[in-house]
Amino acid sequence: MKFKSITIFLVISSFFLTCILSIWKIMSTLQGLNFTNLNITGVFFNGIILSLLFVLIGNRINHLIKIFLLSFLFSSLYFYFNETSPYWYIFGVFLIILFFTNKLKKYNTKSLTEDFISEKIIFDFITLFGIVFFAFVILFPFYIMLVTSFKTQIALLVNPLDFSLDFSKSLKELFKSYFVIFETYNFSRYILISSAVSIGTVIVTLLFAIPAAYAVARLNFFGKNFLSTSILIIYMFPAIVLVIPLYTVFSQLGLRNSIFGLLIVYTATTLPVAIYMLQGYFKSIPKEIEDAGIMDGQNWFGIILKIIIPLSLPAISSVALYVFMIAWNEFLFSLMFLDSPKSFTLSRAIQYLSGDAETPRQYLMAGSVIVTLPVLFIFVYFEKYLVSGLTSGGVKG
Amino acid sequence: MSDTLSKLEKRTAYTLVLPAVLLVFAIVLFPIFANVWISFKDIELKDIRIPEPRAKKIVKSISDDGSELKVIYKLRNSSLIQEIRNVKFQDKFPKNISILNLDPRCNFKSKKIICDFGNWEAKYKENFEIILKNINDEKIKKEIIKSQKPILSGKSDNPLLTTNFTLENFKKVFYENNFIELLLTTFYFTFFGTVGAIIFGILAAQLVNQNIQGRSYMRGILLFPYVGPVVALAYTWTLLLDPNSGTLNALLVNFNIMESPINLLGQKYITISILGFDFKLRLALTTVIFFEIWRYFPLAFLFILARLQAIPKSLYEAAEVDGASPVQKFIHITLPQITAIISILFMIRFIWNFNKFEDIFLLTGGASGTRTLPINVYQQGFAVSDIGMGSAVSIVIVMLLLAFMIIYFKLIGKKANEI
Repeated sequence: MKFKSITIFLVISSFFLTCILSIWKIMSTLQGLNFTNLNITGVFFNGIILSLLFVLIGNRINHLIKIFLLSFLFSSLYFYFNETSPYWYIFGVFLIILFFTNKLKKYNTKSLTEDFISEKIIFDFITLFGIVFFAFVILFPFYIMLVTSFKTQIALLVNPLDFSLDFSKSLKELFKSYFVIFETYNFSRYILISSAVSIGTVIVTLLFAIPAAYAVARLNFFGKNFLSTSILIIYMFPAIVLVIPLYTVFSQLGLRNSIFGLLIVYTATTLPVAIYMLQGYFKSIPKEIEDAGIMDGQNWFGIILKIIIPLSLPAISSVALYVFMIAWNEFLFSLMFLDSPKSFTLSRAIQYLSGDAETPRQYLMAGSVIVTLPVLFIFVYFEKYLVSGLTSGGVKG
Repeated sequence: MSDTLSKLEKRTAYTLVLPAVLLVFAIVLFPIFANVWISFKDIELKDIRIPEPRAKKIVKSISDDGSELKVIYKLRNSSLIQEIRNVKFQDKFPKNISILNLDPRCNFKSKKIICDFGNWEAKYKENFEIILKNINDEKIKKEIIKSQKPILSGKSDNPLLTTNFTLENFKKVFYENNFIELLLTTFYFTFFGTVGAIIFGILAAQLVNQNIQGRSYMRGILLFPYVGPVVALAYTWTLLLDPNSGTLNALLVNFNIMESPINLLGQKYITISILGFDFKLRLALTTVIFFEIWRYFPLAFLFILARLQAIPKSLYEAAEVDGASPVQKFIHITLPQITAIISILFMIRFIWNFNKFEDIFLLTGGASGTRTLPINVYQQGFAVSDIGMGSAVSIVIVMLLLAFMIIYFKLIGKKANEI
């Protein structure tokens, strides 16, 4: 029994160690280090010895001293076998082993005899592995996007693995792609248009949605139930089935290539979800507060402006942020409706750039960074609001 | 008293709701119905421009003292296929000007020339010339003549509004267009994209729900692919997967995991042999599905995490006392608690994946076996520029969507209200 749980412990833990060391090796390769072998078996057996030593030493020495000693020992071994690798790489290995041995803290010869210990070990390490895996898989493309924008097409064609940045260059040289897309490709204009369209959409949507949501939440009228169910159904209809009729009508009305046309389409497509999210929140406001307002002789306009809006600011801001994000990220309608570079949004401009096979990739990626940064910034900064917005309206996308 | 109050309430309600309803009706509902109309018409992209009479004005001086000018109007019908009826023309001149060669179709009165050109057939072209002369033999200023723009008007049929209908579009959709393969691709993409996103969502939610350090950061990071702009992410992935100098292929070749680079987005099939059997895998489609999972599992994660956090801790503690293993806890406590949200997520994501356009369009453009129904709408409507055909495909999408929604409301509509 004990033998089985120890074996599982050794295999699983060193599997985890192998994974993080391989990721570290891959990331270092992208910094221009010349590794051609992941050496998985070697690392794996080292890991088994490391875990075994850890359990055998047990509580005989202080935990901190123990992990430092073991990490030092194993990273020196690593250095001995990979003499060519630079010091920062070995230091990374040292930190990883330190982190790993620290995670082993709760295992010793005694705890390995507990009930279900093998399942617990598997769960623990799968959790750790999962976190490393998800973080790597998600962040890696963003990392590539960012570093590619600082490289040049030629350098990347020569060695597609070298993403190291040369900090000895001047700032102007380092940020060259950004200067180029602003100066040559007119990106400041597209940023302006994208912001105008997105902020405009937010304002107009709120102007239409707040009164409508209030009516749906509070007032009795014929067709109310029908309206609130159809809101959801309408929301399920995708942009792609609207595109052809809107294209034809907009062409005939001369609304294509106009920011105004884009604005009304964005507003109309986000209105259902905005109304749906807001009315849910309005319903949760106690009715007595409004009754007091009615007693004071307020009409509906006063009630909405002076009571409902101040009380539901959190909900309104999450709707606003959500709508902003949808409008900023929107691509299909801007592809269909805009064909003159004068009226491009950022997304459309990047797509237009990519249509020319001659466009070097660092410009494309610099544009991508520019269109991505504001949303990520807003998301990180207002995460709380946005997450509540996403969960109530985020079925779309 | 209460009667007037409720009347007032109704009137208020309608004024509050009406603007939003009208806008949504015009931009969302109207196009869905307009699709039905267009799908029965034989109409192409070039037909949708309403024909206009146009005139380009050229001014030339023909006498030495500049008192005589020749004005040429290059008249044409902007449409290549439709006639314009009853074309009227009007232009203004400064005072003291006479016209030497007045066309019988025209009138010159009080500085204005008004012509009645009758009907122009499609592609109609004419150079219409007049010669102006100053009565007092003074110089006519060319710039003033040039700056005045002629006004033209005419009547024509809007090809969208005629009542010629045809069933051709639907015939083409079902018989000429490899419809079965199109449908199958769409369903593969939708089904595996949805299932994959939900599975990864469950895994991620289960992870973040553990007591780990930096849990809130992890939640934020996991949502990045969902909140990022699709254009940026799709192009980043295209670069990553590029067969010639993409990072992924370069890494695989560098570490000797593969002998030669693989074109993940441009190759339709790949043969994989497992235990001596050869399987043909839709490679590009699989890659696109993985991108789809990458982008949308965060949403499933978010919903499932919210549900997981609402499960009472006491349930797990009781199980602990009873000596349940982690696997037993997951199967007997966690899974039953999240089945409802998973079924809702499945239906909603299924519908949305079914309609997905941008992701596939940006990654492959619908090539190498990734053509789904929404991509086909675009290809028919704008690449082949057959608007009627595109609309017919849209109608097929709408019909399938309605079917899904009916199933959705029948199966889990009630459950959705409980959560």
